[in-house]
Amino acid sequence: MKYLDEYRDARIARALAAEIAREVRGNWVLMEICGGQTHTIMRYGLDELLPRNIELVHGPGCPVCVTPLETIDKAIELAARRDVILVSYGDMLRVPGSQTDLFTVKAQGGAVRVVYSPAEALKVARQNPECKVVFLAIGFETTAPANAMAVWQARREKVGNFSVLVSHVLVPPAIRALMTSPDCRVNGFIAPGHVCTVMGYEEYESLARDFRVPIVVGGFEPVDLLEAVLMLVRQLETRDAHVENQYVRSVNYRGNLPAQRVVQEVFELADQKWRGIGPIPNSGLRVREEYGDYDASRIFGLETIAAEEPAECISAKVLQGLKKPTDCPAFGMRCTPQNPLGAPMVSSEGACAAYYNYRRTAIGSR
Amino acid sequence: MCLAIPGKILSSEELGLARTGRVQFGGIVREVRLDFVPEAQTGDYVMVHVGFAISKVDEAEAKRTYQLLAEMGALEGELPPEEASELGNS
Repeated sequence: MKYLDEYRDARIARALAAEIAREVRGNWVLMEICGGQTHTIMRYGLDELLPRNIELVHGPGCPVCVTPLETIDKAIELAARRDVILVSYGDMLRVPGSQTDLFTVKAQGGAVRVVYSPAEALKVARQNPECKVVFLAIGFETTAPANAMAVWQARREKVGNFSVLVSHVLVPPAIRALMTSPDCRVNGFIAPGHVCTVMGYEEYESLARDFRVPIVVGGFEPVDLLEAVLMLVRQLETRDAHVENQYVRSVNYRGNLPAQRVVQEVFELADQKWRGIGPIPNSGLRVREEYGDYDASRIFGLETIAAEEPAECISAKVLQGLKKPTDCPAFGMRCTPQNPLGAPMVSSEGACAAYYNYRRTAIGSR
Repeated sequence: MCLAIPGKILSSEELGLARTGRVQFGGIVREVRLDFVPEAQTGDYVMVHVGFAISKVDEAEAKRTYQLLAEMGALEGELPPEEASELGNS
């Protein structure tokens, strides 16, 4: 496929890896934020192609992984109600709540539907006027415009039985939180190309400046990621720290303005809890009051009941890049994609799932 | 979830509040919302995420940077350019 295959060209990938090896002097820890990038790295063995003095650690950019346990519990509570159809992205079904998961609720007769797009969720609402249709609207900035569009359109078309249970997270506040942690070892970031496709990369400039850390907006194919690593290495070796854009075929400085407008229309900034990481100020989005009739938390008066993670799961440290999935004693034994202890083992973007699927014997953090 | 796939717009139409299009991804064609890419026309490539196009692929930029990369690969590799292989098993 055009714009995919050429960025999987092994010859270019090897040339980039050789160039990185020629230019690198120091020992650098680089973090890719997005779980999609983590999967490319593991699938193509890019970490093994790189010289040993470059360590890749994996960031919190997996929306399924960081959706709070309490939100999953709320979704499960709604799915069990007879008057509700809960609509979700497929990745969410096996994510463990505090007692059960949506997959089990569905198997027990709960009305849970899987969709690929929020536009389909709205369609389910139109087709089932006798039911309350709740869409579990999770995601990063990439997904926020599509989710917001469903709400905006529901109001314009007066689809009264549609609402969203929202868990929306934002990347720049998470990078700030990671960088201010005393345990942080990250020397450079690969910023998430599709988040930046929507938002642009202006807001990353203050991060690069405040923390003296280079940031390269990167794509998702092997050649994209290796080029992003090379760009980071060049900055690090010359003690430079600014924002560069590797993923120019999709990302521009200001991002997608029509997409940003619909997000601002429907959502507003809010404090957000990240599963495994904890609360981060102003790191999420909630439904604006004007759209309160479409906010499932308000309509159903759902209470947040604090829930505990399984003690054995180290996903908190995995999501912050402090541990590798294979550092976990449960990895591949008591925790597998079929029977996960934590969300990173479930999601197609979770670091634990990437290690499990592509190379389960991988070495732990050095 | 933040995955987005490049596809080619085959046709587009206005449907009430929505702008949609038929978009080709390799061998398959899907209906895609084009609300966020008002500038994209038939024949353009767009990046599609959860059924919505989030950008029009900048063909000029893509070509320019790819040529630089390809030259790097041609200098480095022992294979002639036309024998470029794909990484991995995908």
